[in-house]
Order: sequence, then C-alpha cells, then structure tokens
Amino acid sequence: MSRRLLLAALLAAAPAPVLAQDFAITNATVAIGDGAEPLHNGTVLVRGGRVVVAGAGIAVPAGIETVDGTGKWVTPGLFSAVTDLGLWDIEALDESNDTSADASPFNAALDVAPALNPASEHIAVSREGGVTRATVAPVHGKSIFAGQGAVIDLGTDPQILTRPRAFQYVELGEAGGRLAGGSRVAAYTALRNALREASEAARLGATAQRQSDVLLTRADAAALAPVLDGTQPLYVGVERAADIRSVLALKTEFPKLNLVIVGATEGWLVAPEIAAAGVPVVTMPMRDLPANFESLAATMSNTGRMKKAGVKVAIGMFSGHNQPRYAPQQAGNLVALTKMPGAVGLSWGEALAAITSVPAEISGLGGKAGVLAPGAFGDVVLWDGDPLELASAPVEVWIDGVRQPANSRQSRLRARYRDLDEAYLPKAYDW
Amino acid sequence: MRVSPWKQGLGRGLTCSLMLGATLALTAQPADARKKDRKAASAEAPYASTYKPYPGRPTALVGAVVYDGRGGRIDNGVVLFRDGKVVAVGGADLAVPDGYDRVDAAGKFVTPGVIDIHSHLGVYPSPAIDALSDGNEMTKPVTPHVWAEHSVWPQDPGFSRALVNGGVTTLQILPGSANLMGGRAVTLRNVPSRTVQGMKFPGAPYSLKMACGENPKRVYGGKGQEPSTRMGNFAVNRQAWIDAQKYMDGDHAERNLGKDTLEGVLKGEILVQNHCYRADEMAQVLDMAKEFGYKVTAFHHAVEAYKIGDLLKANDVCSAIWADWYGFKMEAYDGIPENAALLANQGACVVIHSDDENGIQRLNQAASRAQAAGRRIGIDIPDAQVVGWFTYNAAKAMGIGEKTGSLEDGKMADVVLWNGNPLSVYSRPDKVWMDGALMYDAADPKRKPVSDFELGQPGEGDVK
Repeated sequence: MSRRLLLAALLAAAPAPVLAQDFAITNATVAIGDGAEPLHNGTVLVRGGRVVVAGAGIAVPAGIETVDGTGKWVTPGLFSAVTDLGLWDIEALDESNDTSADASPFNAALDVAPALNPASEHIAVSREGGVTRATVAPVHGKSIFAGQGAVIDLGTDPQILTRPRAFQYVELGEAGGRLAGGSRVAAYTALRNALREASEAARLGATAQRQSDVLLTRADAAALAPVLDGTQPLYVGVERAADIRSVLALKTEFPKLNLVIVGATEGWLVAPEIAAAGVPVVTMPMRDLPANFESLAATMSNTGRMKKAGVKVAIGMFSGHNQPRYAPQQAGNLVALTKMPGAVGLSWGEALAAITSVPAEISGLGGKAGVLAPGAFGDVVLWDGDPLELASAPVEVWIDGVRQPANSRQSRLRARYRDLDEAYLPKAYDW
Repeated sequence: MRVSPWKQGLGRGLTCSLMLGATLALTAQPADARKKDRKAASAEAPYASTYKPYPGRPTALVGAVVYDGRGGRIDNGVVLFRDGKVVAVGGADLAVPDGYDRVDAAGKFVTPGVIDIHSHLGVYPSPAIDALSDGNEMTKPVTPHVWAEHSVWPQDPGFSRALVNGGVTTLQILPGSANLMGGRAVTLRNVPSRTVQGMKFPGAPYSLKMACGENPKRVYGGKGQEPSTRMGNFAVNRQAWIDAQKYMDGDHAERNLGKDTLEGVLKGEILVQNHCYRADEMAQVLDMAKEFGYKVTAFHHAVEAYKIGDLLKANDVCSAIWADWYGFKMEAYDGIPENAALLANQGACVVIHSDDENGIQRLNQAASRAQAAGRRIGIDIPDAQVVGWFTYNAAKAMGIGEKTGSLEDGKMADVVLWNGNPLSVYSRPDKVWMDGALMYDAADPKRKPVSDFELGQPGEGDVK
C-alpha cells in the first residue's frame, strides 16, 4: 500500500470528529461543585465544549439549544480519584486485567496510558452513573512502585487521555513492607534509595555509565526524576497514623516531593499535621472497621474530621466492588453523619465537592474539571433528583460539551429481559 | 492499602464473594417426619443456643411511618412491644396502655430489625488476617461436615457496625464458596456474647451452604483435583447425594457428620443456601434438587436471576442478591441493577444480601438503589415491599419467618427506629431493639457494643 493510500485508509477508519454542542440547561437546581450549597432556578451555559457560566439569573443567548431542567438537578460531572477504569473488562480475568504486573522487570516506569481502553464496559457503566473524569492508578506488582497513572475522560470518543503520566504511585504501610522484602523498614529504605538513584541518574544524564550496584533499571530511575523535582505528584498509599507521619517527614529529606496521601484511614488522628504539610488526601470514607492493624482507628468520621482540620480530602479509591458510580452514595452518607451525635460529616455542598472539584484539584485539574466554573470542561450531568440520593440517577451526561449516549451492555440486557416472552423466538433474537 | 485481590490468588474478598447456600422451609416439614430423624434431627441439640433476651421496658413508638416488613405501611403509626414481643401495631388510634415508655417518633420511621441472609462476619472477621480467616475449609470440595459456628469469632468488630449503622438484628453466617458443599451455616442474633452459643438464634433451622460455578472448579482444578469443570461440579455433587441417600436408608451404625447434614437436607430439615450466579446453572441446580428430592431455598448472588424470574417463581426459590455488583468475574458479567426489580415484577422472591462486612451496614441503601433502578424502567415497587427485601423475605428464606422479620403481634420485638426514611441515604438507625431490649441508642454513647478487640485501641467507642 502506498503511503497515500495508507493515509487515506487511516482517515477513512478514523471516527468522524464529534463536535461539542452549545447548550444551556435552565430552571434546574444547580450545584457548582465548589462546596457551595445548590442554587434553585439556575442555568448552566456551555459553548464550544466549555462552561461559560453557571448560576442564577443568567440569560441564555438566542439560538442556543435549551434543555428544560425543571424538577431536575445539574452538577459538574463526577471526578473519580484513583480508579481502575479502562484497565479491565472482567476484573478476575487476568488476561483482561491490566492493573498490575507481577512479573514485569519494571516498576516506576510502568505507564498505564497506552493500555487504557475507552471502550471498556466499566467506563460505560460509570459514565451512566455520572462519572465524566477520573484518575487511573496502576496497582503494585512486586515493587512498592506501582507506576504512573493518568487522568482520563469517560467520553465515547477514542481520545481518553486528559493527562498521561499524571502521577507516580508508591505503596507503603503493611503492603509496602511486604513488597519491599518484609517490613516497613525495608519499604522506606527502598523508597529513599530509589529516589537517590533517580537523583544520580538525572545528574549523570540518560546515556552515562551508572554505578554497578544500582537496584533500579534505567527506565525506572528516569521515571522517578519528575517525582524528585516535584513536577509529577507522588501518590503514597498509607493508612496508619504513624505511617502518615513518616510520609510527611520525607519532605525533610526530599523537599520538592509533591505528595498525595491515598488511604489515610487513620488520618483523623494526625489531621493537623497533614493540614500543616499542605498534603491532600484521597480516602475511602465508608471504612469503619479495623480491616488490619494499620487501620484500627477507622471511622466514617475520618473524612469530616480531616476536612475540619483543614485537610483537602477527596473521596476516591474506586476499585473492585467499590464502583465509581457509588461516589454519590458515599458522599450522601457523609451528609447523614451530620445528624449523628458525636460524628463529623460534611455539608451537602462539601460532600458534592469531595466527588467533583476536590479530586479534580488534587489531580491537577483545579478549575478545569469537577466544577461548573467559566472555562471549565463542559462535563455536565443532569440528574432526575438530588444527585446524592439513592433513588437519583443521571438523565443526561455531557463530556467536553458532547452529549453522551446512554448505552451499555447493562442497558441492553435490561431491555432484552424486561419481559421473558419467548413465544415466537428465543431471546437471542431480541436485539 | 490498595490491592487487586483478583490478581493475588484467592484473597479474602474473593473467597467471601464465593459463598453460596440454599435453604428449605423447615416449617413445612410434618412433625412426624422430624421425629423419625435419628441424627440430623438432633442438629439443634449439640452446641445449643444459650441466648437469652436482655431485659427491656414496655415501649410505645408513636407517630412514625411504620413498615411492617410484609408490605404494610402505616403513617402516623403506633408500635407497642413488651416482654420481648410485639404487642400491637396500628394507627394513631391505637391507645398506648399504662406502663409503657412512650417514644415520640414523629418524623421517624420504624421497620423490623434488619436481617442479612448472607454474611461472613466472625468467620472472615476484621482484622482480615490469616490467623482469623476460618470461612473456607478449602481442602476438599465436599465438606458438609464442617459447621460455620465452630469458626465464628464473637469478638469480630463487624457485628457492632452491622447493628449500629445497619440496624441488623439477625444474620446468617455461611461458610465460603470454595467448596461445592461448604458446610453448615449458622443463624445468629446480632448480640454481643462471650460465646457463639450465646449468639445462636434459638430454634433456627440449619442451612447447608452449596456453591456452583467458577469457584469450586477453580479452587480444585487449580490443585489438579476434581472438580475442574462445571460438569465435574455436578458429578461430585450428585455422587454426594447418592451416598447420602444410601446413608439415610441405612442403619446409621456408624455416624457420619457430613452425611448427617445431607440427610437433614433430604429430609427437609436443613435448608439449602446455594451460591450461584448464572441463570443456566441455577436451572441445572433446580433439576439436581428434583433428582434427589431436596429443595433449594435461595440462590445467593444470583446476578442472572432476572433471566429466569419465571422459573424461580415457579420453584418458590428466593434470590438473595446485591443491588448492582457486576463484572468482577466472568459469571458476574451480566449483572444489572434491575435484577431485583425484574424478579419482583415476575412475582419471584427477592432478598437483598451483603456478603460483605461493609455492605451489611447498608442493606437498606442497597435495596433503595435496586428499587430506583426498577422505577426507571417502569417497575414501581412500593417502599413497604422493598423494606421486606431486607427483613421478612430474609427471615422466611432462613426458616425463621414465623419468629421475626416483621412487626406482627406476638413476634420477636426486633425493631429499628430510623431517624428518617430508611430508603434515603441521609437516614441512619436511631435506636435498635432486639427481643424488646434496647441494644443501640444513637443518643447514648454507652448504648453500643465495643468488642474486646477494640478495647484500648485508638478510636475505642468512637462513633463509627
């Protein structure tokens, strides 16, 4: 095939570009996502794939498609922090699961970006639940370094990446100790050694001869250079209060580290220290059991207490049975805590922010995602009720201003089995 | 800690999701059949329950929306209980007799105590460490001789969370689903006790946990043993039933623990709780039950039950399900959030279960999600019926529907007072009574259990 023919074939195979629509939603209850309480009778205006304005008392320019939001709610698209979206079709099926790589010779260099599958069913199901953007994190293999995660959007178009190599993920605590050779001591030593090797590799240059006793491959050492200089955030998986303190102390030795704590089940015990260090947290808020000896102090008040102490806290860690579409339920449960004597929860606005703007900010997309602010991505969800309520669901989802189809295997299965009538033909003909 | 259990062999989370059981209504069994039983009938005798209700005060809940667990709803209702039993349930015109403590429940909701038909609390407790993981006797595929109650650790902090956050008053602890026949389940009162016997639900029938599908064939196939296929699963099961029939017809000169259990199933005294995901496989299991003359009481997990709601209805089998777990394994690929609603639409029995130490704290919320999914496809199931998915239907499928699971005169006073609609995400239990005794009170920091394990630990007695 000639190059011209090849090019023509490629162009023909490429999907037609989907254009963002200009649209406005009017008369809806609008929640901006920035922590404020919802506004009644609000309007959201999106043009060219970006939010123009959202709020009350806004005039819609002539000629703009208008969606009547009477009786409905509008929020920014949900932002799911630390997920496995796009990395598996069936989680337990090894060949379909790209979250971890036990037998790879690489660790920090691993980069999820080329493996991400925008056609993943799990993305479609999450999108139907109102999730429009997410961070995808690899899971550790045999090293404490899991590799580099990405920020994605959940649109049906093939362009899944918002930001590749958005962070490095390292596992410490109990899991890190086991991975590093059997103890937390070994894990911290492995981490510090890796950062020193990365520093040396960066100083010597990519082609230089390295010392013979290095533990990191050249690729892994190179991957850690942006972690060292703080241009790439380092997500640290850790739960116990003492472990959190040790992680915060790393900044004494490596002052440029741009840390994000993931887990922090005992974060409330050291919340003032986390706040003082300016380190944000991604947590799973419903954990209230001593699932292991590093989470003895687990409580659903963890999120509220950290927030109260000034920590930036996002709801996240969506993997396994903790599906991204459960984020509103978790946020709603934190609101429920405000009625419980002795518990600390979040206000409704704060709870919504914990699944929209806050995770977006932690992911480096502050002002661009998870918020209906001027210039932000046109990621908008229209709900049939209070989005944090169990009975509510998205009616419409836009990503980058593009209306998304509500179509997944789940919606097809439910349509096929809405009745069980096979009088004329088997169910297999019903499609 | 972030892990991918699916890539780390048979992790705890996996084994939990592997469980299954099947049940049979004990109450349907004629008394003379029970008398004839020699070994299985004595099942209640050993390790007998020592549970005794704690003292309670005559109590009147006045002014709440009352869901009775059997589809009834009373606005501005009155619920009376004393001496451990429900005395009366009625409307505003029901007078509160002298001597009753009157609880103003206006703006609140009352339901029966929540019941989880599928839990591994105690056998896979928190902390999730090997030393306490006792839920799967994964050494051979047929182990009807093991009893879950001998694995339960009563100090599992999970029991307390299920009570205070979930309103759970009764729960069935099942062995795992690694095995085709995983052993006997045990039904517990969710009451803290120094002993397992102190938790056992008096008079509850036993259940046999069975499992079909991926788990047994993977666990044993992985060891190079039978079964390594689904046909192997069935062959091993059928041979076990044949052996059990022979035992049942024999002289019982030599007692066999496992066959005692299977004989109990064949006689209809032990229920069958059957972990099974796929529709076609459930249909095969129903035929196996016909072949050997036993009854499957409930399919557990049953993510494809919606494909055979008619068959399940015709066979009077409950489906004990999650609201919307899916995709975590091949046999869960076709799970959809409308499962419960489609089953209910066919008139089939729905039970919402947890199989999870976190999910058990929010069975009401899972039921609400499932209800909402149905409403969006035009299947509108009343709130009062949905409450039955995590109360009466569970009790019925555990063979204790005559005793608890609904607010009816004379039944056990297992009662949850919610601070709002239990189908709302913003609601939590306010007070929980078991047999009329106040076991949790959100307004009283000391009226909640703290297990031995949590004493002296950071966060002891915290609001969880």
